[in-house]
This record gives sequence, C-alpha cells and structure tokens, in this order.
Amino acid sequence: MSFFFLDYCYICQERILPDISWKALFSPEKESFICTDCRGKFERIEGETCRICSRPFQQIDNPFRDEDVCYDCFRWEEDPEWQGVLEKNTSMFVYNEFLREVIAKFKYRGDYMLVKVFSESFRKKVQGLVVDVFVPIPLSEERLYERGFNQTEAILIEAGLQPSNILTRIHTEKQSKKSRTERIHLPQVFQLLPNPQIEGKKILLVDDIYTTGSTLRHAAKLLKQAGAATIQSITIGR
Amino acid sequence: MRFILFHNKLIPQKTNTNGSKRISQMDLIPQPQPNPNYPFNPKLQLLLSGKQLLFDDIPFPLEEIQEHYENGYVTYRKGIKYTAGKKPYCVRCGNKKPYWFAVYPCARCQEACIYCRRCLMMGRISECTPLIGWNGPMPDAPLPSKILAWQGSLSQGQLEASKRVVEAILQNKEWLIWAVCGAGKTEVLFAGIEAALATKKRICIATPRTDVVLELTPRLKSAFPDIPIASLYGGSEDRHVFAPLTIATTHQLLRFYQAFDAMILDEVDAFPYTVEEALQHAAVQARKLTSSMIYLTATPNEKWQRECRTGKRAFTTIPARYHRHPLSVPEFVWCGNWKKSLRKGKLPENVLCWIKTRLQNNKQSLLFFPHISLMEEALPLVKKLAPATEAVHAEDPCRKDKVQRMRKKEILFLLTTTILERGVTFPNIDVAVIGAEDLIFTESALVQIAGRAGRSKEYPKGVVTFFHYGKTNEMIKAKRQIVSMNREGIARGLIDV
Ligand SMILES: [Zn+2]
Ligand SMILES: [Zn+2]
Ligand SMILES: [Zn+2]
Ligand SMILES: [Zn+2]
Repeated sequence: MSFFFLDYCYICQERILPDISWKALFSPEKESFICTDCRGKFERIEGETCRICSRPFQQIDNPFRDEDVCYDCFRWEEDPEWQGVLEKNTSMFVYNEFLREVIAKFKYRGDYMLVKVFSESFRKKVQGLVVDVFVPIPLSEERLYERGFNQTEAILIEAGLQPSNILTRIHTEKQSKKSRTERIHLPQVFQLLPNPQIEGKKILLVDDIYTTGSTLRHAAKLLKQAGAATIQSITIGR
Repeated sequence: MRFILFHNKLIPQKTNTNGSKRISQMDLIPQPQPNPNYPFNPKLQLLLSGKQLLFDDIPFPLEEIQEHYENGYVTYRKGIKYTAGKKPYCVRCGNKKPYWFAVYPCARCQEACIYCRRCLMMGRISECTPLIGWNGPMPDAPLPSKILAWQGSLSQGQLEASKRVVEAILQNKEWLIWAVCGAGKTEVLFAGIEAALATKKRICIATPRTDVVLELTPRLKSAFPDIPIASLYGGSEDRHVFAPLTIATTHQLLRFYQAFDAMILDEVDAFPYTVEEALQHAAVQARKLTSSMIYLTATPNEKWQRECRTGKRAFTTIPARYHRHPLSVPEFVWCGNWKKSLRKGKLPENVLCWIKTRLQNNKQSLLFFPHISLMEEALPLVKKLAPATEAVHAEDPCRKDKVQRMRKKEILFLLTTTILERGVTFPNIDVAVIGAEDLIFTESALVQIAGRAGRSKEYPKGVVTFFHYGKTNEMIKAKRQIVSMNREGIARGLIDV
C-alpha cells in the first residue's frame, strides 16, 4: 500500500484516508478494508455468554437461562438425541441491523469481496481453537448456481484455510418458515460424502449466522455418527 | 454460464465442457436473423424490447430464451468487455475503475470471474454474464384519439421553451432547458411528450431522485390519462411493463438498451460529478442512436454554463417564475467564527437577531447548515427561543413527518442540511444559510437553496440571507446567476416591474 493511496470502504464506498500513524507504518501488511464509521457499527460479542452457543446474556432475562447455558441450548441438551452433539459454537458479531445488511449484500447480492471484511477477525477466532477439519455448511446445487459462490466456503478460503466439502444438501426446503419443534424433528437435510475420513477428528463447522442452532446441530449429528471426536462451530453473526 | 459455438450459434453450457468459453472471452457473438415462421412469445417481446436484462431478471425458462435466440429474436451481449489495455469495463454501467471490480471463484463458469461492484444492486454482472435483449419487431401500442388532457395555460417563458422541446423531439436534437426554480418546468414538457407519442416515439423522463419519479407520475397520468405509463424506481411494480411513456430513476435506465426515441433528463446536476458520469452513461445507452435528448436543470454546472455562453450548447432559458415576480436575491452577512460561537453555546449576534425578527413576525423559516453535527449544536439554542423548532437530515427517519409538520405550520424554524435544497417547497418562508462559506455549498446548491423562497403566487417575496465567515467564489457566482436571470426576465418582459 503506497503512502498516499486512497482506499475506498468496501461497505459504504466512502474514501478511507491513509493511516499514517507510527503504528500503521510498522505493520504495513494490515490493510484497512473498511472505514472507521463502518467499523464502529460492528458489535463484537463480549461479556458473559451462553457456554454452548455464545449468545450474549446481557440481551436476555434471567428466566431464560439455566446457569451458564441459555434456555434454547438447555432444551437441546436435555434431549438425549442431541446432547453433546454440538460441543460449542463461537460467534464473532452481534447480528444487528448493520450486520444483517452487510451479510445480505455479501451472500444474496453476491458481493464476494466483502468476505475480506470478516477474514481478519475470523482468522483470529480460529487461531484460538484446536481443529483438524474445516467443514463449510453447503448450499444446494441450484442455490450455489444461483448465487455463484458458497459464502461459508468463501470465508474459509479467504482466511487461508482448506475447506473440506464433505457435506451436501439433500433438499432445499425453506426452514425459516417452520416452528421450532418442526425444525428439531425435521428430517436430516445433509448427507455425507462416502468415506469422509473424519474418525477421531476435531471438526469445525462454518456458517454465516447462528439463528436457532438447528442447521449446525443437524450437520454435527451426521459428523458425530461418522466417528468425529468433537464438533464445534463458528459463525459470523449470532 | 459458459457457451460453445455450434453451427454458428451460441449454445449455453452449465458445466465447464471441452472448448466452452465465457461470453466475455468469445471473439464474436453470432446473431441469427429473425425467422419469420417462428411464433415468438409476445410476453417475451414486451419484456425484452429495448432492454438489457440478466437471465435472473427474466421469468422465462432458459430453454425458451435460447430458442428465441436461435430463431433470431433474442440477442446476447457481453456484460464485461476489455479495454485495449486488457482492463475490464462494465458494459451496463460503464465502470472502468479498477477499485470497482473484484474477482471471485464462480460456480457458474467454474473459473475466477471478474464482476462489477458499481452496478451490483441491479444484479451481478461478471465475465460469464450475458446481457439479454430483443431483436424482433417492437410491440405496437395503439394511440387514443386524444393524447393530452391537460387544459392549463403556459406563461410566456414556458411557452417559448415548450416550442423548443417539441422541435428538438421531432428533429432528434439535443437541447438544454435552463429553468429557474419555480418556473414550472413539468408543464413545459407536455407538448413535447404529446408530439412524441403522436409520432409513435417511445419517450422516457429520467431523474436521479426517486421522490421526483413519485411526484411526476400522478401528474403525467392525469395529463395523459389514456397512455400507459411505466413508473420505475427501486422496488416499483412496473418493472416489466412496456409503455410508450416511461418515468424512471436514472439507475433504472441501466436495464434499458437503445430503447427511447426521446429522452428527457431532469436535474442532471443533482449528484456529484463521479455519480453523474455513470448516470450519463446509462442515459446514453438507453436512448436510440437516432433520438432526441432534453436536459432540464435550474443549475447547470460551470462547464455547461460556459458551453452555453460560447454557443457550443443549444439551450433555452426560462429566467422567470410563472408568477412573474423576480427571484429573491441572497444578501451576504458576515457572522464571524460561527463554529467557535456554537462551541461556546452561542449563536452569532446577527444570526440571533435574524431569528428573533422572524419569531416576532411568526414567519416560518428554513435554516441550512453545512454538517449534521453543527446543526445539532445549534438546535437547542434555537429551540430555547422558539420551541417549535426541529432539525432534519438525510438519514433522519422522521424526515417526511417533519416536512409534513412544517407544511401544516406546526414547525416555525426547520434546521436542515443540504437535503432540503431541492424539491421540497413551502409557500411562505424566509431562508438562511449558516456558514455559507463551507465547501458543501456550491454555486448550484446555493442557487437551489435561495430558490426555496418566494415560491407561491400569494407570497412571491421571501428573504434569503447567507451568513458567512468569509465570502467564497461559489457564493458570488450563485448571486450573479440569480441577478442575471432576473435581469434577463425583465428584458424579455417575463417579470412585472
Ligand atoms: Zn464505510
Ligand atoms: Zn445457548
Ligand atoms: Zn457495472
Ligand atoms: Zn463466472
């Protein structure tokens, strides 16, 4: 990056003035893709969170948590069929209005370049985890053709991590329209490629948003049945 | 998507088959001639005539579109082309700037695929994206016996301009109508639109702003009640309507290709130059090679003004308002370091005095500020004097509501950033600019702001004051433009003195 080169914010297209502080001079490899205004609109997940799904507790009232686990996770964990299937989910940012718009532009409008906005934070989060295999949540074939790329695979590639595309989608039914009980009892939407070679491996599932945890748990269950040691997940928004 | 060349026709391939290429890499794209025995789909004809759409925009199966191509009724064009220096450019929006392009591993062509970020909101165009258009006959729109129902009359100034518009449209010329704020420019277009429709010309009125489309649509619908009108803006329902008369935001023009015999471009100056460049590209693409172009503005930029003065641009002015009173000439008042005063929680003495006088006379006023933060510092100070004070800016969710309350006279002083410089009119107001020296206040912005005063026949006079901390060239040019329009209006007998 040259000294007086002006960058444009990937999100709002405003010009970013070059950072000519001493700190910036000594870490030239760190590019700034977004302006300080936009940076300020991302809310990192901080403070006390659910031990399993990373939901920040300051957003929910007491009756909806059981010690260090949120009520949703409590319900999943009391069901022997799902207990321990997803060891832990880590999320980067609060899924606020701003993040919703950025993710929508990224995956629905198809602005692939926005992946760079997340990759630095993503890399840092992943560095704190012990992982053998990175598995992106897949799109159906039709959806992939329509969008041109799979956003979760893009996040891994941009972070310099090798995605293992061992999961595929069986069908594409819109799940957001279903109630929670229907979702839990939804038939498996994923299938594994033959011979996935994940026995005893520590898996990290990657998705863009954690909403109910149902998608990730269905994927995790399949991997567990195929012999994976542990399954964690990471998402951008929560 | 990829294509192979087979029997001199493009055949789409869903996978990376042997010898297949992306459309951007094809040396030439064969265009079959329309097969007269092929029963083309009239719905596809209505949708595609004069358009450049993506497969994703077209609610017909790929096979049907391809069949129309093979029979000569549909065209495929490249979405991304390359300059002589092998740099990509976007055919739809004209973008050539490297920072507006990005590359991604594309599932459609199974290659690294360059896409344009500038027009992304209209659907992604990449190296494997064809632009789809129509190559058959144009749909026929029957004419009603009476085209124009409007019965109003034009002022002398409007009438002269109106004749020019008709002439330019019939003779496929380019013409600029330079009409002062409040001249009544919409009515000036009616005769021209009528002439275009009567000669079966397809006509489009384009403007950068959605509010203008929304405001123009009902007016034109009542002036041309029996003519189908397509009103196009982000999210509008008329997207697929074929109409002889189209009203569109300039962004929507990106979906048109060689569609219009007459194009009227309103408020060309409303956006900064870089944006304007893209919109100009869209307007040029959307008109036919032989067509007319009418530009409408109250504030042409410096380059255009010079071209007018030196005879390089054909133009007509409407120097006077329809009510035959002169424009309010801004008065310059030095107000010292007003930012410093604000920081100390004070308004400059003469600004305070200006506000108090309006308060005593109960005169509604607009107060313009260069930036939101400064405006917000001033708000409590004005509010202390007059509780019926509000502030409004571009991202204010209550913007419409506040404007409405100003109209109902529930608000006495409305503080605003440049967002209210255009379009919005109140009948009886005074106008002040606080900090007129700021760079944001260009000549055109200041002329527009001054043009908010004296709009109605009942109250044709309004005071316009530019408070400043050092006169700028832009201020001087704005005042000069207003004075010279008044002078011309008097000389041409369009203003009563
Ligand atoms: Zn930004
Ligand atoms: Zn939880
Ligand atoms: Zn473009
Ligand atoms: Zn492609």
